Amino acid sequence: MTNKLLTPNPSRRSVLKGVAAGGALLATGMTPRFVQAQSSAPIKLGFQLHRTGIGASYGRWYERTATAALKVLNDAGGINGRPVEIVFEDDGTDPKRGAEVVEKLTSQANCDLIFGTLFSHVVMGSAPRAGELKVPYLVCSEGHHVASGALNRWTLQPGITDVKSQVQSMAPWVTQMLGKKVTMVFPDYAFGHDHRDFFTAAVAAQGGEVIKHVAVPPTETSFTRYFPQIPSDTEVLYHVMVGPAVLTFVKELGEFYGSGARPQIFGFIDSLEAVNIASPGLEFLEGTHFWEGHPRYKQADASEAETAYRAAVGVDDTGASVSDPADIATYAHMFSVWETLFAIKDAMQAAGYQGPDDRQKVVEAMEAMTGFDEGNEHPQGPKVFNGKTHQAFGLQSISRVEGGKLVRVHQTAMEDGFYPDEVDYTTQSF
Amino acid sequence: MKPDRALVLHLGVLAALLAVHFAAPAYHHTNIARIMVLAIYAMGYNIAFGYTGLLSLGHALFFGAGLYGAGLLVYHAGAGAAEAMVAGLVAGGAVALAVGLLALRTSGVAFMIVTLMFAQAGYLTVLYFGAWTRGDEGIVILQAARSIGPLDLSDDGTRYLVALALFATALLVNLALVRSPFGRVMVAMRENEERSRMLGFNPFTVKLGALTISGLYAGLAGAAYGLMFGYVGASLASVQYSILPLLYVLLGGAGTVLGPFLGALLMFYLIDYASAVTDAHQFVTGAALVLLILFAPKGILGTLRAKGVKWLP
Repeated sequence: MTNKLLTPNPSRRSVLKGVAAGGALLATGMTPRFVQAQSSAPIKLGFQLHRTGIGASYGRWYERTATAALKVLNDAGGINGRPVEIVFEDDGTDPKRGAEVVEKLTSQANCDLIFGTLFSHVVMGSAPRAGELKVPYLVCSEGHHVASGALNRWTLQPGITDVKSQVQSMAPWVTQMLGKKVTMVFPDYAFGHDHRDFFTAAVAAQGGEVIKHVAVPPTETSFTRYFPQIPSDTEVLYHVMVGPAVLTFVKELGEFYGSGARPQIFGFIDSLEAVNIASPGLEFLEGTHFWEGHPRYKQADASEAETAYRAAVGVDDTGASVSDPADIATYAHMFSVWETLFAIKDAMQAAGYQGPDDRQKVVEAMEAMTGFDEGNEHPQGPKVFNGKTHQAFGLQSISRVEGGKLVRVHQTAMEDGFYPDEVDYTTQSF
Repeated sequence: MKPDRALVLHLGVLAALLAVHFAAPAYHHTNIARIMVLAIYAMGYNIAFGYTGLLSLGHALFFGAGLYGAGLLVYHAGAGAAEAMVAGLVAGGAVALAVGLLALRTSGVAFMIVTLMFAQAGYLTVLYFGAWTRGDEGIVILQAARSIGPLDLSDDGTRYLVALALFATALLVNLALVRSPFGRVMVAMRENEERSRMLGFNPFTVKLGALTISGLYAGLAGAAYGLMFGYVGASLASVQYSILPLLYVLLGGAGTVLGPFLGALLMFYLIDYASAVTDAHQFVTGAALVLLILFAPKGILGTLRAKGVKWLP
């Protein structure tokens, strides 16, 4: 059953489609050549890119990762034997423009599906339009918005674990190894609130307690006045920050504690993404811990797939660009672009994708998937995919700063990140 | 009897927009629907700025009031889209009235700053009540909740026609307003407030009335945007959305009824095409505006009117 109630102009689309189809038939002389051309034509994937705006530091690396993954994909034969193209379009990290970009990629550039979006507000602003256009929209956002049921059947997140799962899987190790009395410092908006709510609950489940929430307004550029709010009996300081002021945030945190006693510090690497850990003023981070979706520094036990992935994207063993050591990758997150592209390949091949009429089959094929094995297509590690919630689950790393490098000291188990389903998208109509 | 040229022109524009519905490719069809909603907002801005001389930097507050007035009602109270649309309209007008009662005690630069501060306070309020608004991330209005009676606003064709109906109403009311005695008093306030006062008009009352009408337009546009495109988020109440209608109006022509639509249309496609060519699309937009201010400070239609099309309202 469809929830479309009334379309007052049934003739408009049919007229336009009729004209377009008629033109196409005339142009091709109504021969089977058209069918042949379609089946061998490149598959076009739209990429909603944060090339400008607050997400630009991520967008730069997301584009590089997508381009590298595309080369690997095409060198191996593309999708269903067809070459693949990616059409990048800047959304300015803006939700309104994001919806317009979805429109542009789908209706004007004729992309077969869209992927790559990171920032949650852009996902939220764009997903409704993707649903209306009935185009698969695969996000690389780590937000909980997909698995929470807030979006629609056309929106999926197969390449990265959502923040609820990440945070929940951190709590046992943090409370057992670092301390049970936690103070959280987080940005005072939705992304930070997710950390606040999910981690607070997860710590309580481990017998610990979050004794203070320090919310920092998103417009803040200096953070010094917030740090005195951290209670002196804090055993673990949990911090997460995003945006252009992350380096200032971490530096000022170091200045606040100086060389005196301080609690254990556990941060999400978001606070340091694209920032050189060797920057002056960050020496205090030695001995502190970070969550990493994908370890920035190449670990001693790195797999061949991991090595190949670094080489393909152009990242050295320290997480910097091979062509510019000052250009630090957003390494903890950008694997999601690579892995999502190969998840798209799997779904399109399973669906026998021929053209836009098969878009629904791609969603259904992905919903039928249960996970992805670790390997060249999934270098971050294995994934469990929940077709009902459209959400992937993977392994998370906790790293310690040792000698100025991030060294993994713990890897979560897959089960640590599971939680009860909050939605079953497969029961929704397309 | 001499034909009413202005009315014919405006009805002609509406007829052209109806024709666009049947002829435009899908991409442009949705864009024009979006532009019409934003043009309603800009028309409201023009009533305050272009006709009454109130240079506000805080209209995002009124747009946001409409957006959240409608969106929160649907999202949390399960209200219908029709009631939500009316609620958004009223919210925009009510907030403008309240702000006007305080801000209109100032004028000029002080008015700009006070309105900017009110809007920033509104934006931060949206973030502060994140438990209700989901802050910057915003909320999605599900497709099933976006229907007015039998009209499904998530359907492309329906959405366009509803946007056109709202735009047409807003345009014709705007035209009637600026040709009415009250509209002439608004212009008198802009041109010479003291002389208007000498003639017996109360500047505070007139400006408050104009600002409230402006808020009603902004509220309607905010509500329509949220319900038609399914997203309600804090970025739509940020300072950027106070500047955008100003730019639309400056480009199209301040103090012209069709200027806001023309400005919104051109600005949208300027950004759209520039972003396809360069990452520095904001630079292109900025350069275009600088050139405009240097060579056509009255905007496109304002310049046309100055050059001879004097009947343009």
